[in-house]
Amino acid sequence: MATQNSNNNQVELLTESTIVPVSRRRFLGYVGLSTAALAVGSMASCKKSDSNNGLDLGSGDIGILNYAYALEQLEAAFYTQVIATTYSGISATEQAYLTDIRDHEVAHREFFKSALGNNAIPGLEVDFSSINFSSRDSVLGTAKAFEDLGVTAYNGAGKLIVSPDYLTLAGKIVSVEARHAALIRDLIAAGSFADNTAIDANGLDGARNPADVLAIAGTYIKTKINASNLPTS
Amino acid sequence: MNMQNIISEIENNDPEFLEKVDGRRAAMRDFGRFAGKVALASIPFALGSMFKKAYGTPTGPKDAITDVLQFALTLEYLEAEFYNNAIAAPGLAISLTGAARTAIGTIAAHENAHVTFLKNTLTALGTTPGPKPTFDFTAGSYAGGPGNGNGIFSGANSPFVNYAVFLAMAQTFEDTGVRAYKGQAPNLIPNNDVLTAALQIHSVEARHASHLRQMRKANGAAIPAGVNLKPWITLNQSGIDAPFATAVQPSYNGEELTTQATINIININGQTVSANAASEAFDEPLTKDAILLIVDPFIV
Repeated sequence: MATQNSNNNQVELLTESTIVPVSRRRFLGYVGLSTAALAVGSMASCKKSDSNNGLDLGSGDIGILNYAYALEQLEAAFYTQVIATTYSGISATEQAYLTDIRDHEVAHREFFKSALGNNAIPGLEVDFSSINFSSRDSVLGTAKAFEDLGVTAYNGAGKLIVSPDYLTLAGKIVSVEARHAALIRDLIAAGSFADNTAIDANGLDGARNPADVLAIAGTYIKTKINASNLPTS
Repeated sequence: MNMQNIISEIENNDPEFLEKVDGRRAAMRDFGRFAGKVALASIPFALGSMFKKAYGTPTGPKDAITDVLQFALTLEYLEAEFYNNAIAAPGLAISLTGAARTAIGTIAAHENAHVTFLKNTLTALGTTPGPKPTFDFTAGSYAGGPGNGNGIFSGANSPFVNYAVFLAMAQTFEDTGVRAYKGQAPNLIPNNDVLTAALQIHSVEARHASHLRQMRKANGAAIPAGVNLKPWITLNQSGIDAPFATAVQPSYNGEELTTQATINIININGQTVSANAASEAFDEPLTKDAILLIVDPFIV
């Protein structure tokens, strides 16, 4: 907090003439940018990175939308690779489904990018080195993990959203992720669309907070993400 | 203990007290006479509720939230009874078998769990859960309709006789349930716990819908020619053939949106996104009124 306050004071001196108030937090990240962060190739153009804390998702509803944008970037990149290098033995039905899902995730990613405009975080660098894209088991297993994670992420983020409109938009997307999750699960094991590894005894799906989600997703995201400014309730 | 004195004492300390308890000043002044006529044991409850109203949690948001929960409970009662009936139906014994019966059992267990969960949540919030309505799954019991038991889903088209009709109705109930919860989420913003739980039910209904759509595709019956039924909703297509198409269409109208928050999703930002994919990528909410119109024919 002490560091942040001192940065705030610095920014106060600069904001009047150089940046608009809404981008102050982003600017904070820029102030903290070090040469170490610049060394990360794909991050070179990132204005919002901090060498210590990573890419700042921001605060309030914008922060939550950036959080969703980050997850959709991950999913879209994954399915784009799945379709670019389909696993051996993929059926026509599976390819059609996975192509649909790719298109949905790309639509989600681009929607958030457009909706966020200047507030959008930059493109993330993904790390799919743990995935074997030529293996059906590896691809579908990862897809299941991503879709179930996405559902729990949106379910857990709902309460963090202030705007009813944004909440509705998140709701429009999460049910599609749940449809994906059920389909992928059924492709792996027919009838596992909503088994007790996903749904609890009250008939409820999971809900995770951003920190838990990002800890899991972090395996697949090279870019360090700073979610510390997201709302917590 | 003299109730009138207590009221007077409170009024002395807080002149606005009587205004706070709904402004019924005259009625409150008569409380002494009223108190003399009721059993002493019931007075603490009456007084307690007045204090709660005057000084407790704001009633507006709480009422809005319990209203949503009662509405959701009605829908869950409907789904639970529908699946419970199907599982017990002799008419489906030879068609609803094996993996299909197992899947419907899973879904039924969830819907019954949702009923229990919502009733418990309402009780915890101090509201008595509404009773289960009497359902008519023939869809005969709407005003001016053909009468209870004689709707379009009767006889050979009963969901408890005709497997394809059962699956079509199940799909529609699930897709409708998704839209209902989605539409109510903004009303639950004042209560984080209830909002999260509703979202956790919402995504389960979507999982059900996805699986039922796969079951229908595998079954192949009652799907219009040329329609590729998917786990997600393409445009405003129900994927359900005549003679039921018209009856179920209100559950799908509005799903064809390809613009979200004024942003055109088709080929967004130079990506290849078809109109079909753009509509599939976002499920649309429905208002409570629209949902009630849809389920009304099933409620006696």
